[in-house]
Amino acid sequence: MPKLDDEEQEMLAGAAGAARQWAMQQLVEVGRFFDAADLVKVSQSHIMADTEALGEEGVAFLERLASGSAAQRRVRIPTITDPRGADFAAYKRIRQDESFVLLEQRTITALRALGVMMTDTCINYQTIMPPVKGEHLAFGDTGSCVYANSVLGARTNFEGGPSSLAAALTGRVPRYGFHLDSVRRGSTRFVVERRPVDLSDWGALGAIVGQQMRSYFEVPVIEGVSEAPTSDELKHFGAALASYGSTPLFHMVGVTPEADRLADVIDPGSPIRRIGATELAAYRKRYSAPDDTLHVVVFAAPQLSLIELQQLGGLLDGRRVHPAVTLIATTSPELKSAADRMGITEQITGAGGLLLEGVCFYQMHAREIGAANGWRRLMSNSAKLINILGGYDYETVLGTMATCVDSAVAGRIVA
Amino acid sequence: MSRLQFNAHPGIGHTVEGIALAASDNFSARYDLDRIRGVFSRPTHALYTQSYVDRVLVLNAAKGGVATAWMLREMSARKIAPLALVLNFANPIMAQGAAFAGIPLLDRFETDITRELTSGDLVRIEPHQGTLVVLSRASQ
Repeated sequence: MPKLDDEEQEMLAGAAGAARQWAMQQLVEVGRFFDAADLVKVSQSHIMADTEALGEEGVAFLERLASGSAAQRRVRIPTITDPRGADFAAYKRIRQDESFVLLEQRTITALRALGVMMTDTCINYQTIMPPVKGEHLAFGDTGSCVYANSVLGARTNFEGGPSSLAAALTGRVPRYGFHLDSVRRGSTRFVVERRPVDLSDWGALGAIVGQQMRSYFEVPVIEGVSEAPTSDELKHFGAALASYGSTPLFHMVGVTPEADRLADVIDPGSPIRRIGATELAAYRKRYSAPDDTLHVVVFAAPQLSLIELQQLGGLLDGRRVHPAVTLIATTSPELKSAADRMGITEQITGAGGLLLEGVCFYQMHAREIGAANGWRRLMSNSAKLINILGGYDYETVLGTMATCVDSAVAGRIVA
Repeated sequence: MSRLQFNAHPGIGHTVEGIALAASDNFSARYDLDRIRGVFSRPTHALYTQSYVDRVLVLNAAKGGVATAWMLREMSARKIAPLALVLNFANPIMAQGAAFAGIPLLDRFETDITRELTSGDLVRIEPHQGTLVVLSRASQ
């Protein structure tokens, strides 16, 4: 069992109320499983609590926690949320069931009572407050975790909803995994022989590396990227890496903060693998369509940055999405407001597209809305999204942002 | 049959006995399951179309996103959950979800457990001891 200080022992004994007692029990159980020596204080928590994952049981659990006194239920550190499951302004247009929306409203009420800020974003590192090197966190989205660990040098494990909530209520997480220096060492070198060209390419690279990771605790070290990628490129790379491989940390030599030199992050003699045009082409072939049928084009997973929104708006400006195809983009509420202000939303919606805020497509009861709308063939520039939705009764196709837009306008998949 | 036991790291949850559903594939509740029908729904998964309900799921590694942490409890509440999880390598999400849901979890065996068990084996999971005991083989 992890060693607990006096305050932690009091919480575990119930002296700080039932919510914090449950939270400590959750942290101790997980800490014991991973042989954590003790707990570590964290500065912020990010909770994934979409209603598809929560279900009635999870929402009722949150409501029970929220029914305690304010002193006993309020979170102890800044706590924010991952995307919700419904956009209240758009759910009818995409035929989401009213029952999902009611669950969503109950969830928001409960989380607010706990003192959680409803940021509804998986790109909190681009939108809310980027972590800093060495900062211990409880982040609850694989994409935000891998970005915080790798690009920013912060320290977090994947904290699923119950555990990031427990972290928020106590200000602690078990000290194991990527909070420890020893676990952050690289295990396999990947030499990139062809620099990815666009965001879908960066996602494909992340997918190829992620597929080769055998467990959560393996850390890939990327070489051969000579010029610094953009935040969006690393976002798509990391999100796909974490999606295909359950991988919360990568080092990119000369780019990420712990990897100035190869020797900083990996021992001599570690295995080396090469990724070039052949591997990227093979991956793309897996996600190509046998015909040109197209039902829905989605830009999400992760939510779009302001720069991506501008690119999308520019591609759609003055064009018209084919009536047989639905085009959906998702972003954070903050960036939706910025897009409104800057005329980007008008470019997207003026072309017939939907710009949803505070949601992400795969967290929106994707199976049910696919059935309700007759969506089967889905195209996206997100390698993460096309991976996830393969289990949701979709046939998924990877394309560049430009190809996806061209296809949405044509009403069929174009090369 | 002599007692056949596999040793693992001490796990989570209580002792249970049940029928194994085994494959060498990886696992995520969000990515792989239709949690309404209680079956594997990813066409490329080795257990595609098979029911996981009340089975001891024996798979290689946890993969993908964080949703499993909530989903295991939600599935338990609707009585459409696996009986226990047996993995070569769990990740934090699988451990957090198992703890939250009260579903037994074992991982880090001395051998590749997916090669030792087959679907239909009757097994006992003893998380606190970190052991899995084969009570009878599917072929017997």
